Amino acid sequence: MKPKFAMYWAASCGGCEIAVLNIDAKILDLDANFDVAFWPAAMDAKYKDLDAMADGSILVTLFNGSIRTAENEHLAKTLRRKSKILVAFGSCANEGCIPGLANLSSRESMLETAYGGPSTENPAQLRPQPTSQVPEGALTLPPVQPVVRTLDQVVEVDYHMPGCPPESHQIAAVVDLLVQVVQGRAELPPKGSVIGAGESTVCDECPRERNVKHLTQLRRIQELGPLDTTLCLLEQGLMCTGPATRSGCDARCPRVGAPCIGCYGVAPEALDQGARMMTAIASAIDAKEPEAIDGILDGIPDPAGTFYKFSLAHSLLRGGRAAHRETETP
Amino acid sequence: MTDQPQQHQQEQGQEERIGVYVCHCGTNIAGVIDVGSVRDFAGEGLKGRGVVLSRDYTFMCSTTGQELIQKDIAEHGLTRVVVAACSPHLHEGTFRTACDRAGLNPYLCELASIREHVAWVHTDHDAATTKAKAIVSGAIERARHSVPLEAIHVPVDAATLVVGGGIAGLQAALEIADAGHEVYLVEREPSVGGHMAQFDKTFPTLDCAACILTPKMAAAGSHPHLHLHTWSEVEKVEGFVGNFTVTVRRKPRYVLEDVCTGCGICIEKCPVVVVDDAYEAGIGYRKAIYMPFPQAVPKLPVLDPDTCTYYLKGKGSCRACEKFCPTEPNSIDFNQTEQRINLRVGNIVLATGFDLFDARRIPQYGYGRLPNVFTNLELERMCNASGPTGGAITLRDGRTAPKSVGIIHCVGSRDRNYNNYCSAICCMQSLKLAHLVRERTGAEVHNFYIDLRTAFKDYDEFYQRVLDEGVHFVRGKVAEVSEVPRGPDEAEGKLYVQVEDTLIGMQRRIPVDMVVLSAGIEPRHDAKQVGQTFGIACSANGWFIEKHAKLDPISTMTEGVFLAGCAQGPKDIPASVSQGAAAAARVLMRIRQGELALEPVRASIDAERCSGCRICNALCPFNAISYDAAGGVSAINSALCQGCGTCVAACPAGAIAGSGFSNEQVLAQIEGLLLTNLEPAEALT
Repeated sequence: MKPKFAMYWAASCGGCEIAVLNIDAKILDLDANFDVAFWPAAMDAKYKDLDAMADGSILVTLFNGSIRTAENEHLAKTLRRKSKILVAFGSCANEGCIPGLANLSSRESMLETAYGGPSTENPAQLRPQPTSQVPEGALTLPPVQPVVRTLDQVVEVDYHMPGCPPESHQIAAVVDLLVQVVQGRAELPPKGSVIGAGESTVCDECPRERNVKHLTQLRRIQELGPLDTTLCLLEQGLMCTGPATRSGCDARCPRVGAPCIGCYGVAPEALDQGARMMTAIASAIDAKEPEAIDGILDGIPDPAGTFYKFSLAHSLLRGGRAAHRETETP
Repeated sequence: MTDQPQQHQQEQGQEERIGVYVCHCGTNIAGVIDVGSVRDFAGEGLKGRGVVLSRDYTFMCSTTGQELIQKDIAEHGLTRVVVAACSPHLHEGTFRTACDRAGLNPYLCELASIREHVAWVHTDHDAATTKAKAIVSGAIERARHSVPLEAIHVPVDAATLVVGGGIAGLQAALEIADAGHEVYLVEREPSVGGHMAQFDKTFPTLDCAACILTPKMAAAGSHPHLHLHTWSEVEKVEGFVGNFTVTVRRKPRYVLEDVCTGCGICIEKCPVVVVDDAYEAGIGYRKAIYMPFPQAVPKLPVLDPDTCTYYLKGKGSCRACEKFCPTEPNSIDFNQTEQRINLRVGNIVLATGFDLFDARRIPQYGYGRLPNVFTNLELERMCNASGPTGGAITLRDGRTAPKSVGIIHCVGSRDRNYNNYCSAICCMQSLKLAHLVRERTGAEVHNFYIDLRTAFKDYDEFYQRVLDEGVHFVRGKVAEVSEVPRGPDEAEGKLYVQVEDTLIGMQRRIPVDMVVLSAGIEPRHDAKQVGQTFGIACSANGWFIEKHAKLDPISTMTEGVFLAGCAQGPKDIPASVSQGAAAAARVLMRIRQGELALEPVRASIDAERCSGCRICNALCPFNAISYDAAGGVSAINSALCQGCGTCVAACPAGAIAGSGFSNEQVLAQIEGLLLTNLEPAEALT
């Protein structure tokens, strides 16, 4: 009997699922060596089927998405129980990712923006309710929790696989590893390891030429003229977070002239990706007078969204600390 | 709360045995902080964090206090020591040494500053005590993550750099060179000698300045171990104590130093005569090629391209100096360019001196507007036998001797509009000038003073002497010097000194022929920039800051950089000489030791984690970071690193670690400060 495999999405966009399917023929290796026990995005499955499985009966679960609702939390806990190996798969599960930016505001103001904002057509001013009465009976929605949490803020996690989404070649390598482990040809890495990623930062894989940094301007890409195709983007005034972002993506974005936005998350030896990038920028700014410094910093219109685009819910900031402290469903 | 701490300890797997010592510092700390409460908080409340004993003592830094720590280490097997006392700046070394004596690695001793950070800055006793507990808690958490470190030993380069060739710098340089060690003396002007070389006589003994200075200058010029770099400036200082690399910019003299004999024929033949603003204080002349004064050391002329015809009118013009130069090869080199040389030295003495206060800044005294208002330096030059007037004191016309002279003290000093401080030398210099005027001209002299400050040996005796010589003293700050007669009683052609005589309580207008402004002294106009070059700071007034105002007025906060003379603050010649000699003694001590033990707090880069982004490359104030292009990683030279932590903070990858300040230590200290290390029930009320 083949070992069981599961994949689940919590608060996420679905990109992680597509990234897994994007590994081409390698997906057949997965099928050949595993029974897919539970993968709602790929095949029909009911929660009751999952509940019926014995604890520990699933060998590996790839869990993507952050914990936004009570349902997300329930599934995280259920899958933790059912799985021998739980992998926080992708940026949302690891660091909160884009959903985690909601921690900058309260749950109430977030719902207000979503259901009452100027871009929403909602003449009856409806708001989602935990329970709604319809002619057929009562419908329930899982409650939205006060803050977005990462998987490891809710349950114990065995491995972390970063990326938004994880790169297909990294997923393929991890699938290869799992298959080899199942076939007894390889050992699992130590528990708690980051898998499917590098041990340095994006710059390590970036082919662009680097010089001593003297930042005199920071601009958004549309504000800059044609870019030098070989020179470090940061040196050209583009806010590239590659220096503070874990390697593993093969520097896909900066390689083609788009700045790194940080999706592979905090670097191996760092605690807080945003803080690290901010101190790096502050250190590299080549200005002494407050006005000149402000002028350069004005080139970063959205600091929280720039430095913590992916890692807020797992950061040292209040948005991260709040998520860390939130242990009970309200 | 009884069982919880033990659980805590087991959970953490911590087996540290921490001793906590709370110092009273007499009443410095105990007067504000309830030290007993802090002691009990650590001893009882933080038992679970590894604290095995907590004591308080009146003076922890005393021998008894230190012995207490040593005894406890031996008897209680302490593995960490936390001393809650003053700033680490003051006594970290004391307590670390005590731990070392007891066999505990000194870097496992942690200081919690509850004096400077708490007792001295708070008045609310309860709040201060609470804060002290938080700081102690932070120090304990930090200490739990400390690791033993070993001091780094580096050799001391026996060569020394002295910056500034005034009397203080000369003294320091000669004493070190006389001990047989190489000294590089860098002087901005063409000759050594400094301000003292401009004076005629020196107070209070009235020795001829030249007579006592020129032997030192000559000795410096011919000393086998003393290497002069005049007409030069220090541009860059790299490295650290024991191992500095100094870049000196040598300005072109347009004269070949090793060929020129200093015969002076070029000066004699040069047809261009210009006002000498530097040495002659603007009342004498020099040529376009000149020596600042006859006894200049080195005895070499310097050509001023801003006034030389060759440079002003195009090549081919004049060239008289070159034509008449008798040396072979010719000593004049119009194509000379500035040069940079690197010197390796172990210690640096900064003796960069002062600038004279610019008396034009006080318009009501009329300097620059009223011809017969002079500065003290102008009068010094006039008194000097080799000066522009050959020693005659005259009015601006160069002929008429004044019949009455007013000397105004404290010009630019002790004045909230200019400088608050006392320039220390003006009283005595004014008395000296009064004496010289009386002696040379017999003129009637009025000295206008606020207070007379004639402390130090033989100074007040000199004041008595000048009083006996008939000099008048008017106590009061001069309001104005005016050439306009007020009413028919006042004659034309006089200067009127308007002053409130505070001893008789009335306004006076005293007519004189000549007014002398005894200008104060100020930090060099570029002192701040020079300070940055050498990594030392300036006080609010602009003087270089010594390490300790009383106990160490010679050292600076930058190891291996010492101060001498007026660069540190206003002082007279004896004090400058003393400080120069003291700086030399310090340097010689360092050279004698041969080796230095440096703090092992150093940054290092994990090459595996470094991505070579090069953000750290430009940051190091000690130039310890280099980039290996082949390997694509940056690296730190641990001998150059001073452990400032700038790169550690800047590294976006977290690839740089600072020993003694690891992430674990800093985060644990923060947790301790915030008291999140305590169970909620234990938290402070």
